[in-house]
Formats: sequence, C-alpha cells, structure tokens
Amino acid sequence: MTAITDRDQLATIAAKAADNRLNVDFESEGMTLNIGPQHPATHGTLRIVAKLDGEQVVSCEPIAGYMHRGYEKLTEVRTYPQVTTLINRIDWLGSFANEVPFILAAEKLMDVEAPPRAQYIRTILFELSRLANVSLFLGDLGIQLGGLSIGFYSFRDREFVLNQIEAVTGGRFHPNFDRIGGLKDDLPKGWIAETHVAMEKMRAFCDEAEDILIGNEIFQKRTRGVGIIPPHIAKSYGLSGPNARGSGIDWDLRRDNCPPGLVYDKADWKVWTHPDGDAFSRSWIRLQETRESTKIVDQLLDSIPSGPIMAKVPRIIKVPEGEAWVATENPLGEMGYYVVSKGDLGPFRVKIRSASFNNISVVPWVLRGVYVPDVITILASLYFILGDIDR
Amino acid sequence: MSSAEGTEAAADAAPPADEEEAAPRDDLREGLLESIRAELGDAVVGSHIRPGDDLWVRVTNESWRTAGTVVRDKLGCTYFDFLSVIDWLPSPFGRDMDSQEDLTVNPVEAKAAVPMTWGYAGGETRLQVFARIYNIELGHGVTLKVDVADDDPTIDTWVPLFAGANWHEREAWEMFGVTFTGHPHLINMYLPGDFEGNPMRKDFPLLARRVKPWPGIVDVEPMPGGGADEEGEGE
Repeated sequence: MTAITDRDQLATIAAKAADNRLNVDFESEGMTLNIGPQHPATHGTLRIVAKLDGEQVVSCEPIAGYMHRGYEKLTEVRTYPQVTTLINRIDWLGSFANEVPFILAAEKLMDVEAPPRAQYIRTILFELSRLANVSLFLGDLGIQLGGLSIGFYSFRDREFVLNQIEAVTGGRFHPNFDRIGGLKDDLPKGWIAETHVAMEKMRAFCDEAEDILIGNEIFQKRTRGVGIIPPHIAKSYGLSGPNARGSGIDWDLRRDNCPPGLVYDKADWKVWTHPDGDAFSRSWIRLQETRESTKIVDQLLDSIPSGPIMAKVPRIIKVPEGEAWVATENPLGEMGYYVVSKGDLGPFRVKIRSASFNNISVVPWVLRGVYVPDVITILASLYFILGDIDR
Repeated sequence: MSSAEGTEAAADAAPPADEEEAAPRDDLREGLLESIRAELGDAVVGSHIRPGDDLWVRVTNESWRTAGTVVRDKLGCTYFDFLSVIDWLPSPFGRDMDSQEDLTVNPVEAKAAVPMTWGYAGGETRLQVFARIYNIELGHGVTLKVDVADDDPTIDTWVPLFAGANWHEREAWEMFGVTFTGHPHLINMYLPGDFEGNPMRKDFPLLARRVKPWPGIVDVEPMPGGGADEEGEGE
C-alpha cells in the first residue's frame, strides 16, 4: 500500500506543477490542440480540446454530446418492454448487459423473480457480452499504441462469442432478449457444448494477447506509470469497473451487492485488483477479467438447472408505484438504472447511470501535465464507448 | 462485503447483501438514518427505508452541502455514484405525448388531470435533485434528495465534495434548468450552446412525436410468427 501513497504524492505534485504552469504565463503562447470529434482514438465522437505547452498538456476539456440521443426522455414515452430496445444501444459492444439492470429494477418494483434457469442463462449472456466487449478493448488498445496485429486477432476471436450470442438471441449486437420475469427464449440445441469450445478459444486469445500485447516490452514502457489515478480520486469521480480495480479498489458488483437475479455466487472466480492505478494496470485487469469471465461461463454452463425460462407475469405489464435503483457490473463498469414508476405502463423517470460518463469525467484531471502521445494511451486504457457517455 | 469493521452507526452490522427475506426492519439502515439525523437534526425532512435494499433521505435546500459532507465523512460514503433531477410534474401531454394516434388508443389517460405526487421520502416542489453516494467498503449506499424552489431552482454545488459531481451537475443544469451555485464551469454538457429550454422537463414536448405518431403505442399485438404469447400467459 505504500506504493500507492508514494505515487499518490507524485501525482499531486505533478498536478500542482500543472496548476503552476497554468498560472504562469510563458512567453510562448502555447497551442490548442483539437483531438476529435472524429479521431480514431475517440471511439466515435468525443472531442478533446487540449491546451499544450510544448509537448505537455496544460489543461483539457472533453466535449461530449455529438451523439446524445436523449434516452432518458424517450424512456418516459415507452412501455417497459419497449425500453430494452433503446438501452441496448448504450454500450453497443456489450449490449445484453445494458438490458439486465433495467429489467432487474422493473422486477424489483413488481416483486417478480425470474426462474433459476433464466437467471443462469442471463448471467451467462451477461458474461458473453463482457467477453465481446473486453476482447475488443485488448485489440483496440494494441491498435492505439501501434501494435496492429492484436487488433486483427481480437476481431477474429470476438466472432466466436458473437456467434454464440447470435445463436441464442438472433442478434449479434442488439439482442433485446431480456424480459421482465425471464428471457425471450430458451437455449438452442447443442449450444452449451459450442460455448465451451468458444470459451476455450477465448482463453487461447487471452494467452495470445498476453504474449503480444500485455507482456510486450514496448507496451509496458508506454503504459507503466502513465495516467496514474489514485484510489481517492477514483472514488470521488465515481470510477468503476476495471478502472477502479486498476487503482486498487477491491470492488466488483458481481461479488459485492450483486442484485438478485444474477447467479455469480454459484461460480468460483476471483476479483483482480492492481495497486498501481496506471494505464498498464487497467489493461492488465481487463485481460485477467476476460479469463475469469470464461471460467464463470464454463462453470455456469455445467450447472444450468432445467425448468421454465419465464415467470408468471401479466401480458400487459404495469409496474407498481415506487422507486428502485439497480446497478450491475457491466463490461465498462457500474451501470445502474434509477427507475421511478407511477404504476403506469411505462416508467415515469429513468436515470441512466452509465459507466463511461463517470469514467471519462476524470479525463481533465488525469491528463494534466502528461505528454501528447500519452493522451492516446490514457484514453485507450480508460476505455469508453461513446454511446455510454452520451446516452 | 466481508470486511465488516462495524458501521459508524451502532447497528449490529447486518450483512448488507440484498434481499435477505425482506425483513420488516433493517437495523443497518435504521442505524445509518439515526446517525444522519443526529448530525443534521431538523434538516432531515423525510426518509424512507426499503429493508435490505436502500435508504432515502430528504434534506432541506440549505443543508444540501452539509448533508453530503456528513454522509461522506461520517458514514464513509466516499464513492460518488450519480446526481440528477426528477421533475414530478405529471406530463401535460400524457405519457404518449398526445398525438392523434395515441388519443384513439388511450383516451382516458390523455385527458385526466393527474395531481402531482412524490416518491419515497416525500417532496414539496416540482423539481427534486437527488444523488446517490456509496460506501464501497461496507456496501451500503444512500440516496439523498432535496427540493429546489419552483420559481428559482437553485442548489449548492457538490463539486468541492465529489469531483465527479461536476459533469452530473452540468447535465442536470442543461436538462432541467437547476442552477448549482458555486459550480466552477456550468456550461452545456450535451446540447449545443444556443439551445433554448430544458428538454428533460415534463412540459418540454418531445417534438419527434409531433412530427410522426409513434407506431409502438400498440404494444400488445401478437408477435409475428406462431401467435404464441412471448411475454407469458394470462392476465
């Protein structure tokens, strides 16, 4: 733990130095660098306006909103089952995972619980979304840092997972499969065996990623000690998921406060943390989590109970009056829905707490005083999906 | 979480894991509420506990910043989850935004004038700011609510307490028109700079519905193929 406090102090000193640079007007005018909105490093349309002093960023301002779709407003004019179609598009790489917390919130208000088989399949699909999302992260990280080959491997191997998701739900990216009280459909024949094979392939991909990327000396030189986020900063900005665990915060909503309706406690797995809080630790955590996810999926596949996949729910769903907050550990971090119901066909108000919004709000803090090439490293290591910021 | 080091409250640290038989009384959260009351006194104007699940506390407008400090420092809720606003005004357009199509399907709902009602922990004003902060170590969170005046929706900023509140308050400001005094950089988060109005307010019409009626208003027609009921049987 001493390592953290030392680094913590260094980070504070660096921040202060950056502050001083802001206050002291050098004769050199400095330069304003506009990164984005359409830059490969921004995964869409996040624009970052950075003020530079030589090679260093003095201050920066992320500008979001190029893709704001107003989902919170739109949920107010839709029925509960219709909302899942919208919220699929928040984090489009792990879209099934977006549906789950909303459905769980509605189930909590209705006091309905999905049958055990549906809970298992839900958890498995949840983890498959994570695999699809995080494997792309590893490839993308390599591409950002100039190691192109891992990018091709990740796009290739992600297909194994997407195929399995498609086989169950019919959609590769937008399954729209979760229902209040269960799932739309049961698993197809032979799916369990195929998924075991896919998990084996994902583990091979992880080994490959470890060889090519995480273990690579150049990669380590570019990421170690870059973009350090100490734990108290991570908490006050609300960082979650691998970004928080990369800062040494031992917190995973799959293990701690896992909402009822997901069966992570039925599998034996480990929450990885890393004390350093830099770009390397965040990437390393994601690699380890991919391995853990394959383990979870394998164990749950072997123990799926038989039975129905839908609970008894009325055909026209009216959710009783009340408020509910449900958050789950999505691929990008904590995703939660605060649902206010007035006993109507649709929600009265839905606050969507998406992981990337909080994760990216730390960018102005963490980018102060870093060198321009590190900006890309840090953004890639924080890993955001634009739809998850803009909603 | 396993690391139970005793809460600040005298509660006999019941495991905060969700849903343990929906006990009628939740000692952990009762204790949390007690310690908030002890610190804030009359500033707590409403509260609600859903046993084994969550705690809502409503405080007065003046004590919003103090309440955040108390919950952060005394209850160890150092993790900033989110901050947002609820507009309790029943939508003057009806839930379906009052297009011609909707009126034929649901005429009663569109016409009835619904009185304003509030959720957990009550309320007095139309706009209510709410925020959730969380204790990672012990695994409990608190949802704080506060009323903001109808004619002058202003509230103290939380940015000095939680740096992450910065963006959330910017979003709340542009979407609901709630001003956060002391916010260092209150500019639009998503909307273009010259946008007029506060789109998330209930009386701001969803213009897309005015242009084209929503085909999804009829949500009960059978799924194509099979005619089997996808959403479960029976009423």
